[in-house]
Amino acid sequence: MSTGTRLLSLRGISKEFYGNVVLEDISFDLDRGQIIGLVGENGAGKTTLMRILFGMPVIAETGGFNGTIELDGQPVAFKTPFDALDAGIGMVHQEFSLIPGFSTTENIALNRESLKTNFACDIFGKRMSVLDRVTMRERAVKAIHTLGVKLDPDMLVSEMPVGHKQFTEIAREIDRKNVKLLVLDEPTAVLTETEAEVLLSSMRALAAQGISIIFISHRLHEITKVADKIVVLRDGKIVKDVPVAGVSVQDIAAWMVGRDVKTKAAHLSVCKDSVYLNVEHLWVDMPGETVRDVSFQVMEGEIFGIGGLAGQGKLGIANGVMGLFPAGGQVTVGGQDVILNNPHAALNSDIAFVSEDRRGVGLLLDESLEWNIAFTAMQAKRQHLIPVLGGLFSVRDEKSMKALALEYIESLEIRCTGPRQRAKELSGGNQQKICLAKAFALKPKLLFVSEPTRGIDVGAKAIVLETLRAYNRDYGMTIVMISSELEELRSICHRVAIVDEGKIAGILPPTADVAQFGLLMSGLGAGKNGDAA
Amino acid sequence: MSSIKTFIADFGWPRIIIALFLLSLFVAAPIVGVDLGASIGDVLNRFGQNAIMVLALVPMVQSGCGLNFGLPIGILAGLLGSTITMQLGLTGLTGLLVAILITIVFGVIFGYLYGKLLNNVKGEEMTIAMYVGFSAVMLFSILWLVLPFNKADLVMGYAGEGLRRSIALEDYWGKLLNNFGQFSIGGTPIPTGLLLFVGLCVFFVYVFMRTRTGTAMTAVGSNPDFARASGVSVERMRTVSTVVSTVLGGIGILAYQQSFGWVQVYDAPLFMAFPAVSALLIGGASVTKASMVNVVLGTFLFQGILTMTPSVINNVLKNELSEVIRIIVTNGMIIYALTRKTKVAK
Repeated sequence: MSTGTRLLSLRGISKEFYGNVVLEDISFDLDRGQIIGLVGENGAGKTTLMRILFGMPVIAETGGFNGTIELDGQPVAFKTPFDALDAGIGMVHQEFSLIPGFSTTENIALNRESLKTNFACDIFGKRMSVLDRVTMRERAVKAIHTLGVKLDPDMLVSEMPVGHKQFTEIAREIDRKNVKLLVLDEPTAVLTETEAEVLLSSMRALAAQGISIIFISHRLHEITKVADKIVVLRDGKIVKDVPVAGVSVQDIAAWMVGRDVKTKAAHLSVCKDSVYLNVEHLWVDMPGETVRDVSFQVMEGEIFGIGGLAGQGKLGIANGVMGLFPAGGQVTVGGQDVILNNPHAALNSDIAFVSEDRRGVGLLLDESLEWNIAFTAMQAKRQHLIPVLGGLFSVRDEKSMKALALEYIESLEIRCTGPRQRAKELSGGNQQKICLAKAFALKPKLLFVSEPTRGIDVGAKAIVLETLRAYNRDYGMTIVMISSELEELRSICHRVAIVDEGKIAGILPPTADVAQFGLLMSGLGAGKNGDAA
Repeated sequence: MSSIKTFIADFGWPRIIIALFLLSLFVAAPIVGVDLGASIGDVLNRFGQNAIMVLALVPMVQSGCGLNFGLPIGILAGLLGSTITMQLGLTGLTGLLVAILITIVFGVIFGYLYGKLLNNVKGEEMTIAMYVGFSAVMLFSILWLVLPFNKADLVMGYAGEGLRRSIALEDYWGKLLNNFGQFSIGGTPIPTGLLLFVGLCVFFVYVFMRTRTGTAMTAVGSNPDFARASGVSVERMRTVSTVVSTVLGGIGILAYQQSFGWVQVYDAPLFMAFPAVSALLIGGASVTKASMVNVVLGTFLFQGILTMTPSVINNVLKNELSEVIRIIVTNGMIIYALTRKTKVAK
């Protein structure tokens, strides 16, 4: 409950990373005992904003930020997270930072243990004092009680269910004497519905005691339920800063993903009626991107978009079909079964893949562009080889590799000193073009592109998207494009599927209302049947 | 001026220092009364003796398995090749060819098993390889005693069983390659056959690394995830590289033996990997990249120093300092290269 006294105000916060503006003129206020729901798509700038607030060293290392932060009316500039802690700001991260072999109490009091002095302290100083376990336990019980949850103070963290770990983290933050502000970064992501309910009511309880909370969540209904006010970030700017009363989940979703400019449905190619890619009950065990049960069909000549929030499994689909992670289910391409768990077989089914992990999987950083572009074609299709001794063995055909590289350097406008330059010396956008060239060199009928525009500048983005569109239009290449950027998918795809919790939440035409996409992403879709295009 | 700087950067200070040191030894040799012609002949001979074992390291470096400290495994295959052939009583060129054949058979078997093992210890290959090499040599020390060799000039005199420590190759194929087409330039004997044989092996590896398999191998070493996404079996490529390396190690010891004139068994192969590794590193290779130039240049520099220091320095100082210098150079170079591992790779 807001008490009306100002606790925190941010004024004109801006931040850029190497000339890339990620936050622009962010200003908002937070009163005592108020809960702010901070929402935005991946990459909207939420994490960066919290890092600035918390004084993370990475901010100073990358050139600091502009603007002012006032806490209790005093301007503050934290140099380290410790300063922020001392000032009464607590933060609970998405990943747990608990010691598994310690009990709840020990974790809560970690590094702030209550101590008992003994005679050794007189000789050797404070470091010889022993833990006052009784007081520590009392403190833990008090913190747990404040949270309003049931937690065994003596249980080992390693034996706890996930929800209890999350509560322990929060209890640790509120155990601090002067905590005024809690930042909770997606605390409910790992919780079950009931646990999330409990957490929400504890947040209310904390707020009632005058502790302010910044609550970051992708589950929009939680925001509407618990927050007093909602701040929506999009592309590093605040697009909405309104009291939560009367705001619906649909509104938030639209603010989150919507662009002011209406997307023009670009002249799309006409796709055929025949199904080219058929995926049935696909599961993929890709760490952090688990696919549970995905079925969809892609028409011949279609550009099919797959969107959704990070970690929901959209990346797993392409990696699973390409055999890069353990997968199961049924995948047919052009009427032929694709053998899963075998990258070679996938490549031989005329499928190519541009990985989201450009530097890790997509490129041979230490080798020349010739190698990068021609290698996959050489290994999978036995091209660019010269047979020796009547085909007994074959050696690489450097001339044809060079010709291939030059062809793509010209057609994709790759900025480089020549085909012999090493891949690691290129900029992100040009590296991405190399990855595309590598895939195109296979002359695939079906192309998976994963996050093709991640981390590249606007100009390169446009070229990459235009290239994909051109290959689709001119060569009839069927493309499955996976991207976190919904606008991008809507601007290029015939249909867009949204993946949530490892399943397809729904498939929409690109012209559908942004709010509908937002709902599907937040797990509140119109139901499993979806609004098929 | 800038071209000199880039040359130094490309060539590397360690190599320049070692090359200058070797040059100074050649200059000093006649002054302290050492026969320069004979010395150069020695250097060439030792270059031929060792080059193939250095070459054997290349495939595994390229495939990302690191420096093959398990080279003794290949050497054991070579020892089996030569001793079995001698037991069969084959001499001359036939003997050498049969020895190579048997070496290849054992090399493939050993290399395959060794490769499978290394696939289970990715990231720790070099450490594990060293101990695998040591263990294999010790296991074979027992085998040399119990295997049914019974030819009089192979086995120990009184017992009549168990191989001798050193077996003379003179009556079999000793100096066969060295003497093939040998000629002298101003008192310097050129071991033509040996150098041709080395050249053949270098050419073989050069071509092999340019085949589809060799290219895949290099990609596996450069980025295994990329290779896998391109449909290459990372494990298979690593195993193939280990097999090629092991076979070449075996052939390398055969070339060494015929020039040296003796087959040495028991613990002789124990430390054979270190000079080879050191030579490759002196040649400018890193833990992740090695070329034919590194092999030839490195072997020449390393063996040059090894040959010239005893004759020159001992003549000056009249003591056994040369052995100390050899050990410092060998191991110092390995340490230098390993500490630079990350720098070279990225």
